[in-house]
Amino acid sequence: MDMVGHNTLVVLLGATALGLAAGMVGCFMVLRRRALVSDALSHATLPGIVAAFLTGMALGVEGRSLPLLLTGAAISGAIAVMTIQAIKRWTRLTEDAAIGAVLSVFFGAGVVLLSVVQELPAANAAGLKGFIFGQTAAMRTGEAVGLGALALLAASMVWLFFKEFRLLAFDEGFARAAGWPTGRIDLALMALVTLVTVVGLQTVGLVLIIALLITPAATARFWTDDLARMLVIAGTVGAVSGGVGALLSSRFADLPAGAIIVLVATTLFFISLVVAPSRGLLGRSLRRARLRRALLAGELAP
Amino acid sequence: MLQRLLSDNFIPTADAGVGALAVSGLSVAYHQRLVLRDVTWTAPAQGLVAVVGPNGAGKSTFLKAVLGLVPSLTGTIEVYGRPLKRQRALIGYVPQRESVDWDFPVSALDVVTMGRYGLIGWGRRIGAKHKQAAMQALDRVGMADFAHRQIGQLSGGQQQRVFLARALAQEARLYFMDEPLAGVDAATEQTILAVLRELDAEGRTVICVHHDLQTVAETFDHVLMLSGGLVAAGPVREALTEENLRRAYGQRASGLLLGPR
Repeated sequence: MDMVGHNTLVVLLGATALGLAAGMVGCFMVLRRRALVSDALSHATLPGIVAAFLTGMALGVEGRSLPLLLTGAAISGAIAVMTIQAIKRWTRLTEDAAIGAVLSVFFGAGVVLLSVVQELPAANAAGLKGFIFGQTAAMRTGEAVGLGALALLAASMVWLFFKEFRLLAFDEGFARAAGWPTGRIDLALMALVTLVTVVGLQTVGLVLIIALLITPAATARFWTDDLARMLVIAGTVGAVSGGVGALLSSRFADLPAGAIIVLVATTLFFISLVVAPSRGLLGRSLRRARLRRALLAGELAP
Repeated sequence: MLQRLLSDNFIPTADAGVGALAVSGLSVAYHQRLVLRDVTWTAPAQGLVAVVGPNGAGKSTFLKAVLGLVPSLTGTIEVYGRPLKRQRALIGYVPQRESVDWDFPVSALDVVTMGRYGLIGWGRRIGAKHKQAAMQALDRVGMADFAHRQIGQLSGGQQQRVFLARALAQEARLYFMDEPLAGVDAATEQTILAVLRELDAEGRTVICVHHDLQTVAETFDHVLMLSGGLVAAGPVREALTEENLRRAYGQRASGLLLGPR
């Protein structure tokens, strides 16, 4: 343990909690086919981050105040998601077109704002770039603790409202007919995705956070046909990816944590794709081969 | 919240002089196209009801608009004399089978348990009592042996029975079913029909969208015939006439009832 400092340990635990929350919340994104909405959401946080930085400078607050930056991120991300919903509802455009438009406009605006900040004489925009690809090295202990607590909050909300989220994800029409406020449940789910995204900005970065939301959930789906188990597996895959990624990135200073976390998650995904017994490729082809042998041996009746 | 709704609105009998369902002046449009115009109809006190009409006549739309799942332009819906919004706890719903993803990671029992969620309430765990009720509902449709099967591994007829079991688990007074007999095997059809008749005998109201005109008379007691609006409604013998069918289906109607039987 002497190889790992106190700060590194806290950052590592924070990344583990983030992975847990992202894996659990991500299950519902995957099952509701909302993977791309969360991608738009994370890209759309950039203008909010930079605008919050500029606001902080104008008000004389220290520029890199994490709560301020993350509040800006959450606001612009939420505006992006609402814009997508509005386009879907009030025009005849499909969701993918709305996502494409919103994602690029918000990210583009963020990049422009970022270049404005770099022109400013007094500003140090170096810290802002960390949000794009993630950078755990700069994270302070207090920040890591706060972010870890928020991630655990998100995970426990998913567990608390598991029943409601499952109902919404499986059959929204039935839920509405039975009197459940599906709009509000959906809003709660999107709020949790926003929370996880914002919490993950500094660790994983806004470009790659989508992978931490989607990959563990997709990995878990290979192993089980039960949603509760899927949440447990996705949470575990996310937590392991977060922890291992943060650890490796702390040992090798040049490795960006976000990229490592995503690579770990993707490795677990590919292993599952091949070896998972019920839905993996190996199991499937073995079963087909067995079936073919039985058929040829005449043991199979239609 | 749902529990409070339940206790406030529970109506023990259906014979209080108010119909289970009263629809008045219901009009629905998708984008610029009017799908249903000015439908006014009161559900009969007894007997299974079939909502019939040609493809695109607005049968499913009627059901969804009554349930508030699609917005209506005009109209009011009353369930046992009160606005539907306050009576949701009395309503059971069987959506079209195609409306959900059957690869979803849940078991048959999980799906049927969803019918109990309203009785369980927000953020609460699913207790043994409710699991037992869900098992009984599965048993009633002959699916108890498949309780723990993932829903994607069931046949179409079995999936339809799971949907019906979920509605049974709701213990509703007024049931809406969207094509519950579409594309099911003969055994499933017999099971579903038996359950529908039981529900009717228990004094519950059952309204089914049904596309097969040839089986309407032997299965249902009343029809609600739609074609862009109300064409006819009443007991099968009175409403399911050649003339009404011609009005709903156009010239294609000739021989619709005679068919190969």
